[in-house]
Amino acid sequence: MLWCPLSSQAEVEETLKRIQAHKGVIATMVINAEGIPIRTTLDNSTTVHYAGLLHQLTAKARSTVRDIDPQNDLTFLRIRSKKHEIMIAPDKEYLLIVIQNPCE
Amino acid sequence: SSSHDTIYTVIAGHPEIFPLVFTTKTQEIFNCRVLEDVTEENCFKLIKKEDIIQDLKTRAAISDFHPVKKVVLEYPGEELLVVFDANFQYGQNFYLVASEEAKENLLKPPENTEEKEEEKEEEEEEENGEATLEVHPYKPPVHKPWVSLGSEKEVEEESVKDTAIKYRISRVRRKFGAPITFTDKNASHVKDSYIECTSYQDKAFSIKMLEKNVGIQMVPKVREASTQTKWTYPKNAATQYFPRQLSNEEREESLSSEKLKEFFTSVHLRMEIALQQNEIMNAFFDDWKALAEDESSSGGKPDIYLKAYQSFTDLHYLKDRTISCVCWHPTIYGIIAVSARQRLFYEEQVNLSDKSLLQQSVILFLSFFDPIHPQLMLQCSEDIYCFQFSPSDPNIIVGGCINGQIVLWDISQHEENLQNAKTDADGVKMSAIDMPSLIEVQECSTEPPLVRFCTVSSIQYSHRKPVTDIHWLPDYSEANQTGTTFENKAGVRVQLVTCSPDCSILFWDIPATKLPEQPSSEKVREEEMFDMPLHVPDTLNQLDLCWKPLIKVLLKTSHFNISHQPLTLEFTFLASQDGEIVYSDWKMEIETDLAKTVSQKYTIHTESVNSLQRSPFFKDIVLSIGGRNFAIWKEGVTTGPILQSSCSAGRYTAGQWSLTRPGVFFIGRDDGNIDIWDLLKKTYEPSHFQNISKSMITFISPCIASRMFMVITPYCAPLFTIWPMTLWHTNLCIIAWYVFFLQCMTTLQKTKEDMEEQENADYIVFLDLEMVMDLGLVKGQEILFSSDA
Repeated sequence: MLWCPLSSQAEVEETLKRIQAHKGVIATMVINAEGIPIRTTLDNSTTVHYAGLLHQLTAKARSTVRDIDPQNDLTFLRIRSKKHEIMIAPDKEYLLIVIQNPCE
Repeated sequence: SSSHDTIYTVIAGHPEIFPLVFTTKTQEIFNCRVLEDVTEENCFKLIKKEDIIQDLKTRAAISDFHPVKKVVLEYPGEELLVVFDANFQYGQNFYLVASEEAKENLLKPPENTEEKEEEKEEEEEEENGEATLEVHPYKPPVHKPWVSLGSEKEVEEESVKDTAIKYRISRVRRKFGAPITFTDKNASHVKDSYIECTSYQDKAFSIKMLEKNVGIQMVPKVREASTQTKWTYPKNAATQYFPRQLSNEEREESLSSEKLKEFFTSVHLRMEIALQQNEIMNAFFDDWKALAEDESSSGGKPDIYLKAYQSFTDLHYLKDRTISCVCWHPTIYGIIAVSARQRLFYEEQVNLSDKSLLQQSVILFLSFFDPIHPQLMLQCSEDIYCFQFSPSDPNIIVGGCINGQIVLWDISQHEENLQNAKTDADGVKMSAIDMPSLIEVQECSTEPPLVRFCTVSSIQYSHRKPVTDIHWLPDYSEANQTGTTFENKAGVRVQLVTCSPDCSILFWDIPATKLPEQPSSEKVREEEMFDMPLHVPDTLNQLDLCWKPLIKVLLKTSHFNISHQPLTLEFTFLASQDGEIVYSDWKMEIETDLAKTVSQKYTIHTESVNSLQRSPFFKDIVLSIGGRNFAIWKEGVTTGPILQSSCSAGRYTAGQWSLTRPGVFFIGRDDGNIDIWDLLKKTYEPSHFQNISKSMITFISPCIASRMFMVITPYCAPLFTIWPMTLWHTNLCIIAWYVFFLQCMTTLQKTKEDMEEQENADYIVFLDLEMVMDLGLVKGQEILFSSDA
């Protein structure tokens, strides 16, 4: 993609690079509110797979939290599996997903 | 008269009937002769009362009516009915009916029955004849007299009669008999025209309710309600055939949007914190479970087996010698330093001044990766009996010689070489494979660099006898010449203690100036090995042959010292040749060259103590091995050893604590066995023993750098082996060293196969026949000896 000199984009890039550079990070994805991936480091089919599933899961998790206490809201979701850990940071419009392999 | 007072029964329900006996005479008088006047059918006879009274007057007591005299007299009517009782219904042949009503009743019923019979006959006639409806005339009920059957009594009992209300008034006893006045009061005089006697609770009388069972049931309020939604028409909320994707332009637009930037600003911190958490540690790692895996394997019958990992030998330098001391390089993994000395039975043959070049005393540095070629050699003029690396700087090595001198080396220039030993070894091996002949291999390969000693102590001030033990002092204390101790701030160990069988202990001091790093000096390359002395640092050179001990301690015992283990500068354990253990407390007094000691002497061992080892886990536990037993001592316990073993069959010749497991130590014996003692399991016998070689074990040294291996040197072999110290078979360690072992095996295998191609004659020529026997090339075990032997 074209290099856009907008500072906002540069910041976004820089943040993404920093996150990607953490130890053990396998993949990083940014998904919009409808579950469509915007930015990803994986191949397309895998990204789409993750996006569809995690988007629904995040919605469900958020609705769970708010159902129990309407004043509460979901801030972070971590799914730890045998092989790696999926971390989802939800927001109003977007979703940041990072897959990391924890040390050991 | 009483005899005639017959007790006549009152017939129940018929009090008016009195049974009588009529004699014939009476019957004649009253014309009621049985079967003549009265018959069964015609049993009634009316007798006038006057007649009966007459009869009673005339015949008095004899009269049959005498029993009922009273009844007769009281009878109201004129005539009494006497009934002939043919069936003796009432007990006698006659009975008197004492009342008018009963008389009438008795007389009347026969009339009724007669009337009924007449009616029946009439009906029968009518039925037989013509059926004419005959209306019976209505007969209103006739008032009949009440016949009492005895029920009045019961009625009277139940009825409430107008009886007066009875009150019971009581007075106190003292007023009994006292007059009392009663008055009447009219209820209307009282207000409300009402007087009452209220009920009160009588305290003397109460019923206590002890228990009351009450049942309660809670029933939830249930309300049923129902709703119904209207589903107008079914419609899919979402259907997707392929995932939606954004076009590139849309993506770019999104990426550059302000919202995304805000999103990242708010989100990236949380994400980074989470990422960092994962980096720091794995929160889900189960330490307890992981610990259990270690333990489970040792619970069962452990396959404790020391496997020979690698064996080393060297023809040139170790020929005809026995290894006196082995030390692992403290930091570099895989490097061992070995010092050799003459074997005892050759000692008298050796003339010190007459040594050939090959017999020069050296300390060899050998590497795991290259068991054939030494990496480095330290030269010295005398046989080294013991040596030590400096713990603070592994490039400084001090050794004690057989003649009592102390020697110091500095190998800082060769440190890099040692660290690169592995890569060098590969290169060397390539050349080794090409040359099958062993001698050629040895000669044509690059010679190890030779390092000459930096400093040697002055002969005059050294020991008189071989230095048997040399130790670096713990770095936190230091002694100066006056004998006072002070703390060593630099952390660099600069002081040594040596002991020797000449009953003295010497404290040595090394100048604390840091040795300057010299640029790489020329390395020895030629076949002539010992010609070129290397460049030595100047500072230490000045001390050469002038090195004097700092303090000399003369022991007041007449026994010889063999080894000592300084715990701190204050306390030390000394072991003597005669088997005594001396635990002494240095009390330095300001006396030049002398120090008084306060010590306790223990004689535990029967023979000379050959090993005194401090436990790597507990700084105040010391193991002493000598003769046929061993003992464990603790600093501060002055009553004796805390554990002492019983005498064993063989002699103990070497010993070492395990570096990985407290409570485990290895003892070498004179028959080539290694006893593994695990104090946590058994304190009376070794947990395991294994035969290593045919000859006596002289030395066991653990590897500090890797903690996995130890070197065991048998007496009669120029060959010493490295044995892994692992004692469990399922631990990961074993797999690791086994893999490593296999790697080494494969590289060694090639060389071995090449070597074995040569004739066996060659093989034996270079071996002392004795050595072959001593090696005891054990069959059946997977031990691969280094084939250059």
